[in-house]
Amino acid sequence: MWDYSDKVEEHFFNPRNAGAVEEANAVGEVGSISCGDALRLTLKVDPENDKIQDAGFQTFGCGSAIASSSALTEIVKGMTVDEALEVSNQDIADFLDGLPPEKMHCSVMGREALQAAVANYRGEVWSDDHEEGALICKCFAVDAVMIEETIRANDLRTVEDVTNFTKAGGGCSSCHEGIEEILEMVLEEMGEKFDPNAPSKQPEPAVAAESGSMTTLQRIRRIETVIESIRPQLQADKGDVELIDVDGKNIYVKMTGACSGCQMAAVTIGGIQQRLIEELGEFVKVLPATKAPQSASAGA
Amino acid sequence: MSDIYLDNNATTMVDTEIVDVMLPFFSEQFGNPSSLHSFGNKVGIAIKKARKQIQKLLGAAHDSEIVFTSCGTESDSTAILSALKALPERKEIITTVVEHPAILNLCEYLEKDGYKVHYLQVDSKGNLDLDEYAKVLSDKVAIVSVMWANNETGTIFPVEKMAEMANAAGVMFHTDAVQAVGKIPMDLQNTKIDMLSVSGHKLHAPKGIGVLFLRRNTRFRPLLRGGHQERGRRAGTENTASIVALGKAAEMAMQHMEYENTQVKAMRDRLEEGILAAVPNAFVTGDPDNRLPNTANIAFEYIEGEGILLLLNKMGIAASSGSACTSGSLDPSHVMKAMGIPYTAAHGTVRFSFSRYNTMEEVERVIEAVPPIMEKLRKLSPYWGDDGPLEDPEKAFAPTYA
Repeated sequence: MWDYSDKVEEHFFNPRNAGAVEEANAVGEVGSISCGDALRLTLKVDPENDKIQDAGFQTFGCGSAIASSSALTEIVKGMTVDEALEVSNQDIADFLDGLPPEKMHCSVMGREALQAAVANYRGEVWSDDHEEGALICKCFAVDAVMIEETIRANDLRTVEDVTNFTKAGGGCSSCHEGIEEILEMVLEEMGEKFDPNAPSKQPEPAVAAESGSMTTLQRIRRIETVIESIRPQLQADKGDVELIDVDGKNIYVKMTGACSGCQMAAVTIGGIQQRLIEELGEFVKVLPATKAPQSASAGA
Repeated sequence: MSDIYLDNNATTMVDTEIVDVMLPFFSEQFGNPSSLHSFGNKVGIAIKKARKQIQKLLGAAHDSEIVFTSCGTESDSTAILSALKALPERKEIITTVVEHPAILNLCEYLEKDGYKVHYLQVDSKGNLDLDEYAKVLSDKVAIVSVMWANNETGTIFPVEKMAEMANAAGVMFHTDAVQAVGKIPMDLQNTKIDMLSVSGHKLHAPKGIGVLFLRRNTRFRPLLRGGHQERGRRAGTENTASIVALGKAAEMAMQHMEYENTQVKAMRDRLEEGILAAVPNAFVTGDPDNRLPNTANIAFEYIEGEGILLLLNKMGIAASSGSACTSGSLDPSHVMKAMGIPYTAAHGTVRFSFSRYNTMEEVERVIEAVPPIMEKLRKLSPYWGDDGPLEDPEKAFAPTYA
């Protein structure tokens, strides 16, 4: 079964604001055909000040769809419609202490219902531009449609390209077969053949864009914090790790003590990489300092 | 009150009697059955006994027709890939749209390699059209693979008849019988079934053990090559403890075949009757007149299965659902889709599957627990009014779909 947070369970077992609001003047009805989930959001908005006085939901869907709907109504009550439009699907997921990657679309559905309801209140027609495909990368919740579009838009050729642009495949790597299949399909449409040995694209805009929200200094501090948190474990095994350099997506470390030369070093580096990817929210490569370019390894 | 387990088509409890016969094979009987010394010799004898017990349950002519594998999926893959390898000039496969993923995903993969797969359709009760089947049988087909009983609805396919038809057309026939073995009496020696898959954990043996029944003189190409185990048809050191367990499980299934088809069936029937009497807008899916005695699949309209399961689980009742969300896939059950069940019902299907360890008292508890759950979830549903579904529900609520 799903690994739901306590908050998701709490909102599923005891949903808030279930049912339609009486005298609602804003109604949003949306669904996700891929999962068969559907939601009707009803709001009562004060026309004087645009404040949402009451919110109610009716949901046909799984546990997390019901919990997301319940969370949504709690979040928007008391907000003005403009404030409500600022609510993102991540806000809904955060309110619930997170959702499993396969279930993030439940929070997307919530946000869309909200947009549809506000459009309805303002007498506008809401149209949806979001298309959802089968989930390919479960580590970073990236679906097939997103991967396809990114390949087309950026002329991608390899799995590594796809990972750099979408993060898909940057975690456990079990979806690489699926990514290759999408690459084969899209490249065939363009009259080309997928070549697993094709060179990857440079540079990686996704990394640049992602890390753009953090300054270089902040990013390095973040990396240091993660590595610091891993050290006690290694020290318990009479080993240690030291951060040597950060060069774009390449992070160079030096394994010392029992870790250096240990056959498990590669596994440990893999584990550190996994942690860093999760913490930084971007794809990075952790490499032993011996592989660093001359300037980086000079001090090591 | 103890929890109620009604998910026996997913997996079953290993009977304590079966655990007892396994245990010595982890300790004093640790030998390799291939060894000549006495450590191995006794283990070899135990495996021989297990082979005989399974032969008897399947009604096979020879014990050498029983090949031990690691699971039902391995048996399925071995059967299909063997036929393709043995008959390289034949590039077609016949199967059905409602098979288990162990067959369907393999077939999809083979399609990428250029094989043509004929997927037989089913009607609204999940039954096949044998005329359609006859039309696609030809000397281009390497193998037919059709499940004996469906895991979701319990609907039984006429595999004996279909095997006769395949045989007459000179085509090999395989059946994935993991749900049927132990619940339906079998007499394979008097059928034309060439290969059949068994999974231990569906009949109270442990997980990680399976069988491929391989009729004598069937052309065969092993999937795993290596040592001479299983007469070279499945290399790899035997999972001795589990093989012995599966033998014992087969013997016990034989003894309970009658019970399964009377007492277990009575519990299933009572559950259906009790729930349908108390919950409006619910119906049984599949073919009630032609199905496994232990399986009930009920569609509850206008609600989604995962919510039902979570609430049942909170009350200590374990079942499963054909809804998309419970499986992690995005589509509702392919079986419900194939039968043309509308999606407002397909997402709300719940499967209750029994074993001989359930009791009538448990059935009554479930009958009590179910109606309030449906009522609670329907109150949240946009398709449901104050005391019933909205008039023309699909029009009353027609959301914008992404």
